Order: sequence, then C-alpha cells, then structure tokens
Amino acid sequence: MRTKIEVKNIKKSFGANGTRLPVVDGVDFTVGDGEFVAIVGPSGCGKSTLMNMIAGFIDPDEGAIVIDGAARAQPNPIGILISQHGSVFPWLTVRENLMFGLNGHAQPDKEGLADHYASIVGLKGFENSYPHELSGGMLKRAEIARALVVKPDILYMDEPFSALDALMSLRIRNELLRILAKERHTVMLITHDVEEAIHLADRIMVLSPRPTRIQATFEVRIPHPRRLTSPEAQELRAAVLRELGVEE
Amino acid sequence: MNKLKQAAPSLAVMAVLLVVWWTTVWATKSVIFPTPWQVVTGTLELAKDGTLWMHIGSSLMRVAAGFLLAVIIAVPLGLWMGWVKGAFVTLNPLFQILRPISPIAWIPIAILWFGVGNASPIFLIFISSVFPMIVQTTVGVHTIEKRYLRAAQNFGVSRYTLFRQVVIPAVLPQIIVGMRIGLGVAWLVVVAAEMIALRSGLGYLIMDSRNAGNRYDLVIAGMIIIGLIGLMLDGVMRLLEGHKLVRWRYAH
Repeated sequence: MRTKIEVKNIKKSFGANGTRLPVVDGVDFTVGDGEFVAIVGPSGCGKSTLMNMIAGFIDPDEGAIVIDGAARAQPNPIGILISQHGSVFPWLTVRENLMFGLNGHAQPDKEGLADHYASIVGLKGFENSYPHELSGGMLKRAEIARALVVKPDILYMDEPFSALDALMSLRIRNELLRILAKERHTVMLITHDVEEAIHLADRIMVLSPRPTRIQATFEVRIPHPRRLTSPEAQELRAAVLRELGVEE
Repeated sequence: MNKLKQAAPSLAVMAVLLVVWWTTVWATKSVIFPTPWQVVTGTLELAKDGTLWMHIGSSLMRVAAGFLLAVIIAVPLGLWMGWVKGAFVTLNPLFQILRPISPIAWIPIAILWFGVGNASPIFLIFISSVFPMIVQTTVGVHTIEKRYLRAAQNFGVSRYTLFRQVVIPAVLPQIIVGMRIGLGVAWLVVVAAEMIALRSGLGYLIMDSRNAGNRYDLVIAGMIIIGLIGLMLDGVMRLLEGHKLVRWRYAH
C-alpha cells in the first residue's frame, strides 16, 4: 500500500502565563492510501490538537506532516476536515453548501454534482432546505456530502458522530462504509467511542493521556460487514479499553 | 383575537393616560394646553390643507438621504475594519471618540458648513447613524464563528467567494441590527435638526406652531405623529429581519 500521510514526530505545547503546557509529545505514524485509521484517546488528551495539526490548521512546534511525499503547511481541499460541531453554513441551502467547495473547479454541472451527492447521503428532496430546517442527523449528512463532493483524497473526521444519538450514529456509520466501499478515500477518524472505531477502522491507535503519544496500535482484521457482538470484536474492544485504563 | 388580547393592556394604559390628560386640562381650565380632542381637530385641519403631508414628506426625505448615505459609507467601512486588523486599530479609536458626541452638538458646525438648507439636517442624520452602523458591522465580522472561516479555508475558495458566500451573509444580521439602530437615531435627529431654521419638516411644524400663536394642539399633534412614524420605520426594519437571507440567525 502506497503511503498517503506521514506524521513525523510532531510536538506541540501551548503557552499559558510563561509556562509551556505540552499537549502533543512526539507522535509518529504513517497512513496508507485508502486506509481507515481511527485514533482513540481519553478526553482532553490532545486528540483534536493532533487532528488540527495533521489537517493543517495549526502548525506543530516540531516535526512535519508529509502528504503524498510533500510537506504540507496550509489546509487544502486534498483533505477535508469534518468536525464535531459541524460547519455547514447556516445561511446557504443544502445545495448551495454542497456547491460551495466546487466554486474554483472547472466542473460543468456543479448543481447536478451537488444534487448527486445529496442523494447519496439520503438528502434527496432537501436540496433547497436551509440547515435550520434539518435535524442533527441530516445536518451531519450534509456535512459529509459537502466534503465528498470535492472528491478529497483524505477525510479528517474529528468526533463527527458524537453529537448524534446512538441509533443515528450507527445508521450514518453504515452509510459512510457503504460510500467508502465505492469511493476510495483515506480516512483519519478521531473518536472516544471504541465501538465506533472497531466498526469502521482498519487500524486503531490508542493515545496516552496528555502530553499525548501513541500508546498502542491494533490492526482490525475483521471483514466487513462487521458485527460488534462477534467474539473477536468483543475481544478487541476489551483490549482497547484496557489500554485506555478501563477494565470490564 | 390573540393579538388583540396581547395589545389590550397597553391600549388600556393609553386610554387611562388620555382620560387623565383630558380631566386635568378640564379641571385646571388651562387655555394654552389642549385637550386630546383639540389635538385631533388640529391634526385634521393640517391634513386638510395639505401642510401635514408636506412636513412629513420633507422629514422622511431628509432621513432617507442621510441614512442611505450612511449605509453606503458604514457597511463597506465596517467590513474592512472587521476584516483588516490594521484598519481596525487605526480607525476604531477615532470613531470611539466621535461616537459619543451628540448629533445636536454638531448643529453649529453643520450650519457653518452647509448653511440652513437641506444639506445641514442630512449631514446631521449621516453623522448620527453612520457610527452605530460601522460599529455593528465591525462587531459582526469579529463574531463570525471560527468554524465557518476554517471550513472556507479548507475548501480553498477564492477571496471573492469567501466574502460573497461566507463573510457577507454571516455579517448581514448584524448589519441589519445596525441599520435599525441607525434609522432610529436618524429619526430622532431629523426632528431636532429641523427645529433650527428650515421652513418644512415635523421639527419645524412643532417650533412654528409654538412661535406662531401658541398652537400647542399642533405641537402635540406633531409629537404624536413623530412617534407613530418612528414606530413604522422600526417596523420596516423588523420586516428585514424576517428576510430569508437572515432568518437562520433567528431560527432557534
């Protein structure tokens, strides 16, 4: 598998009243092209900081992020970030939101492409709705569709489903897998939900408490569609939880 | 029916005030202070000979001119100050000093610069409404949520798209709040400005009615009309807040 993302020993600390608070302390890993990597860690361990550095919104103090063999400094449409709070523009309709990322493209039929992706995520018939007219789950679908429509190589997902109820989260995860089976994206997912990670990822990395480093890595060799109640999934879940310091 | 129920208490208060007013004038046998009925007949008299509409028209025209001029200057300036930190740091202290100066204090300078024609009140309206609109627009830019700017940055859109599809729609609700404040102040000021020298406008009507024979019925008529028109102008601005381009802001 070709290497897509190389994270080279990145470190970050934040200053407060003259003292330096180290948040990310030497994180080092690679992600293959088309691979789905989940990062789990205790809350407040610096997961989001790590993701923001990889997606290009914050510069690391040390180390580098290399995408497709080239160092990357700024965020760009090669990798789209989907965050916990969502960033679907409330003043644009679903269709306008989906077309937003296409503005610079020489795409002949932007509207058709936007509507195509709206229907892929199950928003057919809501193209002209404003975000405040949608439910939380539909809003998340719109956000995913807006990312997919620009055909990014990488999706960065920072706790994307944490604001949804368990049922809706499961449903959207299944749809995401269905879409990923058709369109090959490299995905980095940050989550605190171990089952979500086991459901989706090819590899799970467990972060340590702050200042964070990679504490353990698990390969998920369960074929899709995965049953979270299967013995191997349960065993993996227990192992990941143990790393997080939770005994069952 | 529900609306009527809601309005009932405030209508009752107004009715009580009218009764108190009427009985007080009647009890004190005042010859100068008019009864509510005298105000009504005075208003009808002015409406009939057409001078009332002329005064209302002049005042509205001056407000429209000064206010639109202020919008044209304030919105781009506020966007610029909100977006470019250097512009904010340079201009904001100056505007913060100019802002608390009452437009009334500008009257002598307005007369010196623009004489006693239409230009003086238009200038005063401009001065009074431009600062609140600059401030609101700037605040609007400063309070755009980071996550939206980051999303725009992520998609790598052009500066033009960023402004047209993110910054301006995000700030529009604040611009409209600024316009509402600005128009309110403008209406306050036009009446004050017209009291100085002009030969038309509701402010002139009030001063002229007093000077030309203590017509206090017309003074009070003028005051009530100013109040009602102010209410209507605010209602128009409220309608803007319901426009679909800004409804997202009030949808929760």
